[in-house]
Amino acid sequence: MSEALALNLLLFLPVVGGILLLMLPERRPNLVRGLAMVVLLAQLALAAWLYLRFQAGVPGLQFETRLPWIPAWGVHYHIALDGLNLLLVLLTAFLGPIVVAGAFTSITRDVKLFHGMVMFIQFTMLGTFLAQDLFLFYVFWEAMLIPMFLIIGIWGGERRIYATLKFFLYTAFGSILMLAAVIYLAHTVLTADGTPSFAFADLYELGLGVQVQTLLLAAFALSFAIKVPMVPLHTWLPDAHVEAPTAGSVILAGVLLKMGTYGFVKLGFPLFPDAALLATPLIMTLAVISIIYGAGLALVQDDIKKIIAYSSVSHLGYVMLGLVSYNLLGVQGAIIQMVSHGLVAGGLFLMVGMIYERCHSRDLAKYGGLAKLLPAYSVFFMILTLAAIGLPTTSGFTGEFLVLLGAFNGAWPQFEQGVSHPLVLASLAVLGIVLGALYMLRLARRLLFGETRAPVSGLRDLSLREAGILGVLVLAVFYIGLFPNDLLQKTEQAAMEYQERMLAVRDGEIER
Amino acid sequence: MNGLLTLLVLLPLAGFLVNGLLGRRLGPVFVNIVGVGLPLAAFGVAVWAWRILETGGAEPLIETVFTWALIGDHAFEVSFYLDRLSAVMALIVTGVGALIHIYSIGYMKGDESYARYFAYLNLFLFFMLLLVLGRSLLVLFVGWEGVGLASYLLIGFWFQDVDKARAGRKAFITNRVGDAGFLLGMFLIFTAVGTLEMDQINQAFAGGLIPAGIATAVGILLFIGATGKSAQIPLHVWLPDAMAGPTPVSALIHAATMVTAGVYLIARMSGVYLEAPAASTLIAVIGLLTAFLAATIALVQTDIKKVLAYSTISQLGFMFLALGVGAYAVAVFHLFTHAFFKAALFLGAGSVIHALSGEQDIRRMGGLARRIPWTSGTFLVATAAIAGLPPLAGFFSKDEILWFALASGQGGSVWLWLLGSLTAFLTALYMFRLYWLVFLGRSRMAPEVAEHVHESPWPMTSVLVVLALFSVIAGWFALPHYLEGALPAPDLRFAWPILHWALILFAVLIAVAGVFAARHLYGNGGQRAEAIEQRFARIHRLLAGKYFVDEVYDRLLQRPWRWVSDRIFLRLGDRLLLDGSLHGLAALARRGAAGLARVQSGSLHWYAWMTLLGLVAVLIWMWRYV
Repeated sequence: MSEALALNLLLFLPVVGGILLLMLPERRPNLVRGLAMVVLLAQLALAAWLYLRFQAGVPGLQFETRLPWIPAWGVHYHIALDGLNLLLVLLTAFLGPIVVAGAFTSITRDVKLFHGMVMFIQFTMLGTFLAQDLFLFYVFWEAMLIPMFLIIGIWGGERRIYATLKFFLYTAFGSILMLAAVIYLAHTVLTADGTPSFAFADLYELGLGVQVQTLLLAAFALSFAIKVPMVPLHTWLPDAHVEAPTAGSVILAGVLLKMGTYGFVKLGFPLFPDAALLATPLIMTLAVISIIYGAGLALVQDDIKKIIAYSSVSHLGYVMLGLVSYNLLGVQGAIIQMVSHGLVAGGLFLMVGMIYERCHSRDLAKYGGLAKLLPAYSVFFMILTLAAIGLPTTSGFTGEFLVLLGAFNGAWPQFEQGVSHPLVLASLAVLGIVLGALYMLRLARRLLFGETRAPVSGLRDLSLREAGILGVLVLAVFYIGLFPNDLLQKTEQAAMEYQERMLAVRDGEIER
Repeated sequence: MNGLLTLLVLLPLAGFLVNGLLGRRLGPVFVNIVGVGLPLAAFGVAVWAWRILETGGAEPLIETVFTWALIGDHAFEVSFYLDRLSAVMALIVTGVGALIHIYSIGYMKGDESYARYFAYLNLFLFFMLLLVLGRSLLVLFVGWEGVGLASYLLIGFWFQDVDKARAGRKAFITNRVGDAGFLLGMFLIFTAVGTLEMDQINQAFAGGLIPAGIATAVGILLFIGATGKSAQIPLHVWLPDAMAGPTPVSALIHAATMVTAGVYLIARMSGVYLEAPAASTLIAVIGLLTAFLAATIALVQTDIKKVLAYSTISQLGFMFLALGVGAYAVAVFHLFTHAFFKAALFLGAGSVIHALSGEQDIRRMGGLARRIPWTSGTFLVATAAIAGLPPLAGFFSKDEILWFALASGQGGSVWLWLLGSLTAFLTALYMFRLYWLVFLGRSRMAPEVAEHVHESPWPMTSVLVVLALFSVIAGWFALPHYLEGALPAPDLRFAWPILHWALILFAVLIAVAGVFAARHLYGNGGQRAEAIEQRFARIHRLLAGKYFVDEVYDRLLQRPWRWVSDRIFLRLGDRLLLDGSLHGLAALARRGAAGLARVQSGSLHWYAWMTLLGLVAVLIWMWRYV
């Protein structure tokens, strides 16, 4: 089988699976779950195989498929892997089976529809990452809203309608501006060389004026920044997380947020490099504010899910910081941090779901001393907590360390030229490791330690299924913490191309 | 032999994994075999590696295990480095570590989480070995954070007690503040030198290629990290609380090994500090201040473990004083002797607590010397050693420190020596105060406690004897001389042997004076001490309250940060400004829509009027413009 074919198969497997699901009888929920599991495991196998086949150090796209879709507009069905989306595709495929396994007992209503939605969202998320054509990207980007909207709206908690509306309005607002920018771009490409094109590769070569770039970047960046989310565009996230069912939270934290950061590194910055460089001080400041602000908010929450939701704001701040460091270490760290956050926050949300299923409460004040009652649960919770804190040997450390080192290293030459704010910001970001420990250890202490307390008596420890899910996640967390080099080798070329592109523009500007 | 250092590091890790995963099911005998056997084996391997080092003429052994990350031209490698400095450290860590594991068999017997305890202790050894054997700052940092984790887990070992769990968290977070400084220092080094391998960093700085400003900044930043791990001002606050952990843990982690990591770090990076005299001075001053202030606090504490905790802080301060005046090998010498006598003291305290069924307040002790003779005897030896009485271990190392504080060409001064000598006097005073109150005089024990007093089982007493023995002889090894090739030594301002001998004599006198002062104050039922206490009640309150540093941090840091998070970020930012404006927009849209909806009311009259109005408007427009 050729790799390009496998990539298409990877993308469309959930569609096929979704159609098959709809043909199953609603009365047989286990059959539905089983089929969904098989399809997503097959997808994971494909993703793993493609990861292994992916060549490190080769410039450009790999395993490309490019077919005309709407020839009149120059729109192509164009998908491929590169170093930037490789790990995110793998992460998405990895979390798929975990989401289905995690929802095994928690989703009992409309099982068929739910799994259909999971398939749908897998398809659209993978499509967003794989697309190499702006039109295609936009279609996937928007389509992804529908299943997420439904997952929160149908299987969510009490205030789900408020949360879905907020989520939808925020993202739709961003999307509309992005659409305007897309239309403008399409128009520009048309007039420039006669043949219309939406291909990223062509768009990279546009060479727009700074003013136009600034407007377009603003439109794109708003959409991406909402998704990340960066302070001050983040208030939809805690509500969405709190109301979403566990599966929704895992998808949201695990993959969806990374679409924002991916959008920046794949499109926003390289398409409009001059504007991006102008906006870098702003973005960097917001990234550091996100780190600190998210950490502060996480400290004063009593809803366990909100704590983890705000921790996402903080952790994604590191990703943004790494991306705008324009330093190879920082960019590589940002890529690892994206994956790490997906695993760690995803795992933590799963664990919150597990305790919620048992006790029907997410109020931290009602818990205490679970380490006594649920030893296995507590071990996994502690490991994920430590990974969130960025303790060495976990994936969190690999990401944070490289990001912070890169940010510092990237800021130094500017510091020597008398521009001190990047260095100050990078140093402030290092304080995030203290603030992160503050809120995560508060959570662990109140939940696991102290006098034994739980809303319900007679708690069961982890079932084999739950332990299996968490075991796989934790293995991945340690693998990235201990042996990140294999991943880094595969992403390095793309990270370098991004970094060189940005630096070339910056240095060119200095010369000018 | 290749792979030896890797084996050394991995042995305790294996112990952690086996006991952590299987220990609960396999029972205490199995836990002992794994949990104590592997550290003993590690000690054997450490000795073996040390022999190889010596037969190879002290040429450092370097062992590369794998490449953690390769980014651009920067390779971050996991590799181990054994020279005489790290060999000494590895021997202390595994040697004292193995002894304390043996002691724990007796101390932790019957604890329901016996396997978990040994798993954590082995985990600690693993990270500690990573710390002392790592060749690059990155590996050192992994160990550094890892021992912090083990410390956190072991302080909060009896996690059902909220205060203990809280103490663990406090330790972790205070250390993290230091770690932030450490990280920044590491980043700055990486930016300046382009590598994190410590031997290469030292070479680069020694080569004079690095600007002095950077050397100073690196020196200060790394020292901030050291103040966290080694409990120096201003980050010393976690160590006294860390005594919430089981006592063998206090001995191993919070006295003999982990807390000395900061000393090791500075000694290891001596190449940087030679180029950073300002940073070195800072270290000397902070170290000495810490030594002095902690000693004053130790004078009035009433919890046996708290006295020892402040004593540890104080002794660590002495080590930093030595580092600050460039006497790196002397600092390591004191680290070496301190490991034995302080471990003996803590384990002795553990034996006392064990004998008294958990009592830790020295006001309810007294007269134990005859009841638990082994504990008492070994405790006395260790007390004499820390007080600096010749010819015990502490005498040699502390004397060297005071000599260099005066005579070092790298910042030695009369003032450092004077305050250092005063602190040495206080050391003898508070240690013999402790000995008197616990072991001598009349019993002040509660009767039901006094009945059950018993000497500890042999795994505990035998370890005490071994440690007491080393508290006697550890000073006889001329460690500074042994480390000459591995660590730089300062020039002397004056090399007058007579002065040196005079100082030694003076030091002995001071120690003896401390002993007599203790006897004078506490030998007589402690009435004289009480009189002084009442006379200087304010000072006593200040000391008993530990200078109220915890309270100040709470007011100045913790509460403001919570306040900002709650009031500014959450209430003002998220709820009022962000969500508030969003909800305002939504309400505006809804109200606007409601207003517009009224237009389409379904009333025919209304429509007719509107049509008429529209017609008129159109007519007027046409009349004006067409």
